[in-house]
Amino acid sequence: MHAFEYVVPKTVREAVKSLEEKGDQARPIAGGTDIIVQMRVGRRRPIRVVDVKQIPDLNELSIGPRAGLRLGAAVPCYRVYQNQAVAEAYPGLIDAASMIGSIQIQGRASVGGNLCNAAPSGDCIPALIVLNATAVIAGPNGTRELPVEEFCIGPGRNALQPGELLVSLRLPLPRRKSGAHYLRFIPRNEMDIAVVGVGASVTLDGRGEHFTTARVSLASVAPTPLLVTGVEELVAGQPLTEEVFERVAELARRQARPISDMRGTIEQRRHLVGVLTKRALRTAIQRAREA
Amino acid sequence: MTTQKTIVHITINGDETDLLCEPRQSLLEVVRDVLGLTGSKEGCGDGNCGACTMLVDGRIVDSCLVLAVEVNGSTITTVEGLATPAGLHPLQQVFLEEAALQCGICTPGFLIAAKALLDQEPHPSEHRVRHWLAGNLCRCTGYDKIIRAVLKAADVMAPSQAHHH
Repeated sequence: MHAFEYVVPKTVREAVKSLEEKGDQARPIAGGTDIIVQMRVGRRRPIRVVDVKQIPDLNELSIGPRAGLRLGAAVPCYRVYQNQAVAEAYPGLIDAASMIGSIQIQGRASVGGNLCNAAPSGDCIPALIVLNATAVIAGPNGTRELPVEEFCIGPGRNALQPGELLVSLRLPLPRRKSGAHYLRFIPRNEMDIAVVGVGASVTLDGRGEHFTTARVSLASVAPTPLLVTGVEELVAGQPLTEEVFERVAELARRQARPISDMRGTIEQRRHLVGVLTKRALRTAIQRAREA
Repeated sequence: MTTQKTIVHITINGDETDLLCEPRQSLLEVVRDVLGLTGSKEGCGDGNCGACTMLVDGRIVDSCLVLAVEVNGSTITTVEGLATPAGLHPLQQVFLEEAALQCGICTPGFLIAAKALLDQEPHPSEHRVRHWLAGNLCRCTGYDKIIRAVLKAADVMAPSQAHHH
């Protein structure tokens, strides 16, 4: 691995200053499970690595009655899925956080890091998107917020400008009669990269018989994880029938822009988008009814 | 500039030590090359195989994906910390009895990962053991003997309860 400088700021302000000084030559490290691999193979060569794990804001994990979930960008996956309150309120997020890598990886890797790494296949990203997550970003000019679906701008590229740092993710409290689910297709049981991943969230009417709204997001079928557009309009007021699920699946299939590679073909991926979208909807609905 | 070496204080297998580390050195590299504890292995170097699994502050990590400078102040256990003067750790003994290893490269990682599981869940189901160990690859055994050994070790270590299979 190349030589680099290692700094450990204690505050967001110090971290931003430290990142800004080196511009795009600086890189934050939280769990390190992506950045260390990338540095080892020479894909990224930051001259300064900023360890953000000792900043309190990036370690926050709390649910407030108004603020919803505040998930610090450096909180490792295991803390997310071991937190009873978070697991009960956001099972769709837990699906993804408990699926990334191995137990070893989940002990280090953070949901925020999974987002910043901006892999088209990042499992947490569709879950965050369907849960209406917002990225809280600190930078030299203050703090800004960005919907998670706008955070990834290309494979391995995110919307952070030089000197900016992802501080936390904010997820609104789940509404009444709502539920979410993330699932992926992989040829193994564990430890693999999604051939296709699909997240869905639904909100049902008071009787749990019709959609109020829904969101669907796809991984591994475009340069970035995608929010499927038009789902909300399509499902509003519709009954929870296979016919409606199929129409959502068709919308998702049409918006997927997969490539063929070693993990799967265009045809297989497009087919999987439909299958997994319907499965994600069914589980999200079941969770909404039980919520 | 701190590309210079910095002192990292750790407690490893019960011994406190100060290490002079470059930021680019992984925990695995330092433990093997500086401390000479070569039980932990580098298999893939990218977090897929688990041969470098160590316990850091009670949680298993792939030590190839941890910078040594990140663990300042931490308590670390490697495979060298399992046996005592009285003998092998029950997991090590059962791995021998059940022939749960052939070439042995993956074994230190499996032992540490399995110890972490049994320390927190004395009687895991077979499914739980398989899921927990999914981050440890073995090219020799086909896994069945390893899983059997871990389940047997659970009985040896905490014999009072039955399995929840």
